[in-house]
Amino acid sequence: MTKPAAISIKGLSKSFGATRVLEDINLDIAEGERVVVIGPSGTGKSTLLRCLNYLDHPDSGTIRIGDLSVDADKASRADILALRRKTSFVFQNYALFANKTARENITQALITVKGQPKADAIARADATLRETGLADKADAYPAALSGGQQQRVGIGRAMALDADLMLFDEPTSALDPEWVGEVLDLMRQVAEKRQTMLIVTHEIQFAREIADRIIFMDGGKIVEQGPPKQLLEAPQDPRTKAFLRRVS
Amino acid sequence: MRALDFEYMLDLVPVLLGYVPLTLFMAIIGMFFALILASILAVERVFKIPVLDSFVRLFISFFRGTPLLVQLFLFYYGVPQVLSFLTNIDGVTATIMGLTLHFSAYMAESIRAAILGVDRSQWEAAQAVGMTQGQMMYHIILPQAARVAAPTLVNYFIDMIKGTSLAFTLGVTEVMGATQKEAAGSFLYFEAFLVVAAIYWIMVEALAFLQRYLEIYLNKAHAR
Repeated sequence: MTKPAAISIKGLSKSFGATRVLEDINLDIAEGERVVVIGPSGTGKSTLLRCLNYLDHPDSGTIRIGDLSVDADKASRADILALRRKTSFVFQNYALFANKTARENITQALITVKGQPKADAIARADATLRETGLADKADAYPAALSGGQQQRVGIGRAMALDADLMLFDEPTSALDPEWVGEVLDLMRQVAEKRQTMLIVTHEIQFAREIADRIIFMDGGKIVEQGPPKQLLEAPQDPRTKAFLRRVS
Repeated sequence: MRALDFEYMLDLVPVLLGYVPLTLFMAIIGMFFALILASILAVERVFKIPVLDSFVRLFISFFRGTPLLVQLFLFYYGVPQVLSFLTNIDGVTATIMGLTLHFSAYMAESIRAAILGVDRSQWEAAQAVGMTQGQMMYHIILPQAARVAAPTLVNYFIDMIKGTSLAFTLGVTEVMGATQKEAAGSFLYFEAFLVVAAIYWIMVEALAFLQRYLEIYLNKAHAR
């Protein structure tokens, strides 16, 4: 690859107490690349995502996004804020602002964080809500929306931030089965725009369709990675093989 | 046993009602400043800012740990002897100051508990979109904490309305002070204090009526 990676993660480690959750993770992601992380529960997939925007503070390691580089040893509050403003995050439990309408969930950060004029933010939010198929729910509060609708607003909120890297933390795991399809459809739309994405999911079929690369994690480490076809059909490591046998 | 002097009581009502605005003025201004101060204290207690946290805890401990009457006397009669610029402090100002400080200490603890009750996902979502701590507290956390804390805070406001009656000990003629004077002139203490009790009661009931609308407003995001 001649083009330098848009995102570069070096030596990322994280422990909770005595438990080592991430061990020396090294990962480069190219601009527009769609990377899916799979692996058994409790292997640090979510922690990896949460360390990338410092919802969890990594113990060591460097994260570079574009020209911003943040080292865990000397990350200042300003560094962390800058990093968060280059990423966007879709939560497993949606985490919509409960005191804001669907539209306000999207405009809030555009106005307070990005400093956009209110009218522009509203226009953007309404365009995003149309894209997510929720134009008629603009004034609804999260409590009045179904799980699938809430997660689509959650994805819309993240889309509107125009982040360099979109992080998806098991976005369909908390959903009733009937809502999973519409959320995956929306993620497909995002992927088609060649938005740089890092997705943790258990939806192997979805990963096969949209990923440029699949990473298999186990025990806090990247065990194996490659294009979907290669990783899913000809896995090399016995742990990858065992996991794929269990989930398929 | 003598009969109640109803005529006197009826005549007293409009006289005492004339002092209701002053009583409400002290309570509303006191509540306004107490809410602001309590929110600041509560946020500090949540983030536990080094050094400052010790002062805040001392402040809350003192104003919760001593009687309101003692605090009012301290502000009105005591502090001006030490701080000369407060020599001319009037009773109304001293009462508002006392109510503000006293109730902010209590309210800070209620607001702190309500803040800690806001779901962790709300904090994380605010951080993830890149909000500063101040933006997160102002736009997301405090509005949600307000909904939880509202019934308790209205209770404190009720207490504060009644607390203004202590202003008469600082020479302020508010509802209670006026009653005291009227009763001393007529010697009809039972009638006078019965009337003033009714006036306070009605004020508080009116507030409880407004509380319903406040709670409907604060719950609008949670209606299904």
